[in-house]
Amino acid sequence: MKRLLGVRPELLGLAVVGSIVLIGLPTVTNQFFTFEFAKVAIFVCALLGLNLLTGYSGQISLGNGAFMAVGGYTTAILVHAIGVPYWLTIPLAAVVAGAAGLLIGIPALRLSGVYLALATFALALSIPPILNHFDTFTGGHGGIVMPPVMAPFGLDLSQEQWLYYLCTGIAILLFAFAWGVVRSRTGRAFMAIRDSETAATASGVSLAYYKTLAFGLSAAYAGVAGSLLAIVTSFINPDSFGLGLSLTLLVGVVIGGLGLNFGAVPGGLLVVWLPYFAEKAGEAGLHIGSLSFAGKPDIFFGAALILIMLFAPNGAAGLLVRGWRWYLSFRTATRLPVAGPVAGR
Amino acid sequence: MALLELNEVVAAYGPITALHGVSLKVDAGGVVALLGANGAGKTTTLRAISGTVQKTGKVMFDGHDISKSAPEQIAKLGIGHVPEGRGTLGQLTVWENLQMGAYTRRDKTGVKADYDRVCGYFAWIPARRTQVAATLSGGEQQMLAIGRALMMRPRLLLLDEPSLGLAPIVVQEIFRIIRAINEQDKVTILVVEQNASIALQAAGQAYVLEVGRVAISGTSAELQKDEAIRRSYLGY
Amino acid sequence: MTAFAQQVISGIATGCIYASLALALVLIYRAMDLANFAQGEMATFSTFISYSLIEYWHLDFWPAFVITIVLSFALGVAIERVVIRPFEGKPVLTLLIVTLGLFTVFNGLTGLIWGYVFKTYRGGFPSVPVQFGGLYLNVQDIGVLGVVLVMLLLLYLFFSRTKAGLAMRAASLYPDSSRLLGVRVGWMLALGWGLAASVGAVSGMLVAPIIYLDPNMMQSILLFAFAAAVLGGIESPVGAVVGGVTIGVLMALVGTYIPGGQDLRLAFGLIVIVVVLLVRPAGLFGRAAVRRV
Repeated sequence: MKRLLGVRPELLGLAVVGSIVLIGLPTVTNQFFTFEFAKVAIFVCALLGLNLLTGYSGQISLGNGAFMAVGGYTTAILVHAIGVPYWLTIPLAAVVAGAAGLLIGIPALRLSGVYLALATFALALSIPPILNHFDTFTGGHGGIVMPPVMAPFGLDLSQEQWLYYLCTGIAILLFAFAWGVVRSRTGRAFMAIRDSETAATASGVSLAYYKTLAFGLSAAYAGVAGSLLAIVTSFINPDSFGLGLSLTLLVGVVIGGLGLNFGAVPGGLLVVWLPYFAEKAGEAGLHIGSLSFAGKPDIFFGAALILIMLFAPNGAAGLLVRGWRWYLSFRTATRLPVAGPVAGR
Repeated sequence: MALLELNEVVAAYGPITALHGVSLKVDAGGVVALLGANGAGKTTTLRAISGTVQKTGKVMFDGHDISKSAPEQIAKLGIGHVPEGRGTLGQLTVWENLQMGAYTRRDKTGVKADYDRVCGYFAWIPARRTQVAATLSGGEQQMLAIGRALMMRPRLLLLDEPSLGLAPIVVQEIFRIIRAINEQDKVTILVVEQNASIALQAAGQAYVLEVGRVAISGTSAELQKDEAIRRSYLGY
Repeated sequence: MTAFAQQVISGIATGCIYASLALALVLIYRAMDLANFAQGEMATFSTFISYSLIEYWHLDFWPAFVITIVLSFALGVAIERVVIRPFEGKPVLTLLIVTLGLFTVFNGLTGLIWGYVFKTYRGGFPSVPVQFGGLYLNVQDIGVLGVVLVMLLLLYLFFSRTKAGLAMRAASLYPDSSRLLGVRVGWMLALGWGLAASVGAVSGMLVAPIIYLDPNMMQSILLFAFAAAVLGGIESPVGAVVGGVTIGVLMALVGTYIPGGQDLRLAFGLIVIVVVLLVRPAGLFGRAAVRRV
């Protein structure tokens, strides 16, 4: 089987099909679905970041919602108070959130495992009250309303369609960047740290530098996601960034697949669509006795999390990789081993 | 009938096989030594008996097949295993260690009698009841471990390298007590040792393991007399 | 000066609530080195069960209290045997994620069964002020303090004087050696979870009369309970109580004397956690290192 552009034809085919689907999606779905897929793209950004931190460098964070808040409020404040064009605020949000991440990463150096989880859990819980408190900046409880975003250059796109393309485009960029990071020396350092800090130090890897860097990168990604969230919903308030958001991110990254970049995609899809399907199931009459499941996805999230940890700890992406490997061994039974999708992509 | 019988026991730690088919017998009332070099599989054999290692093959204790039993059940049946390193419950006191020995017992008077017996063997115990076990010396911890096993009123005592890390004079004392336990309390003993000479003085029978198999077996008198065997297998 | 003393007293009272949930956290941590993030949500679930017993089955508070403790114990045992046991031997971070899964499940379940409308909860103690030499105390607060101290005493007696308590200590510190002594280590863990669930339930039933009963009520309390456990030493029951009371007093003072302090209490809780973990991870009463064999 010949390889085109150094990649197996099946993968190339998948990429082509995938691109067509991504680009064509908004033309065949209605406004609501397009909007939801824009949110999927936003969560993919956040999950990519969390994966770099938890999946690749092994630092568990239950508080990435806080960095999303930083990014979101950076955008909202810049747009609302100063009138900066929304698209310019996105990289600014990344920088501000990234700086916050670096700051948090410093004390986090001395914490590990359970204790880091505890500290970031506390961070997630304390963010909404802090945001409420400094209401001169954040607009407090009422939040900040932003002007709606329209497609630029007079393109014939609805608002939702433009937002979809914006978010998806950024998600693809961020994905490519994450892919590059993982394949670089930084990525190898991350994984070395995750697997054994002692061995990593012995090999000359600076724990302080890379661990803090991981926090900063992860926060920058979350900042972009938060910024996009604010842009897409034209509104921001502290309640959207509580513990629930951080837990949702964790659920998404674990079920999607820790330690595999493209796990962010199934993770993002799950996190946005499961509540929708839970709602639909509830309306369709799925219930226990008189209790309806409508609008209560949490139980499914939690149960899915536990089941995934038990049966498929590498998440959906891990299952896909296994399936791909099985397919490869099936197809190349008489050939030399192929460098297929190796873990870490 | 032998109290304990192993038949073609194969044991592994994951992909590494440690026992390649060990068969041995221990008669009731006797002391049997299990000898061999480092890595021969002596500790693994004891673990196979007490159910703490993956294995195939048959282990029979007093007519019961305990090959598939869980460690807790095997302890209840009357096998007391003093593991490698003594398994001291370090953060608990001497008294609490002994109480844990009697965990499976329901007869309060019997437990009291056994406690008195243990204090008879190890006279220092009553005075140091409330001392934290981790602060005892090596020899004292070994004695505590044996005492704790005695509190189970076991029918079979498995001792893993009781001499490890102890001064010769302490080792002599411990083996004197081991012989006494066997003679006075009629406890059958299977002792694993690297120190073959002292083990053979206490034991009636011995098996020598080599790379996971029984290489030589016989009475300790036979093994002690045979120069060739002593030199090549027992190191003295 | 009296205002200050008043704040301290009220702080001690809330501190007891944090202490009681912290006790549950300490129990599980001692049993298996695990920070159970679901402890608060399990406690909330139990509290709602007691609510149903009182409101729909028309039981008085104290009988409902006892029944809920028993039911919670069974729930804790069941959770350990069914959900936690399959993860035996897996790394602690995996278990941590499982407890987060439990957090989400319990939170959702509570909301599903009882809804999100805030409810009033009649507790076991009347909310009646008493005067004590110039200071005002509430009977309810004294009651809470009393219950927490009784719980601490019972736990102390259990762990130091009973066979099961000793076996639990042995099993959590030295599982392999304990197995050789005939201890069924798995069931000891289940016992630990059962006890922790019961203690958590008590905590919920003590706090529900003070704040409204709703599915999310224990989340901020969980944060303070973790802070209390970390401050006191995450393996020490006495530390949990001392830590809880300290945090309670600290938060009362922050709320009163720092402008806007009420909002920032959670943030201060975060700061306490981080500072303690950085400066003295073993807390006030904890041991520096624990060896397992």
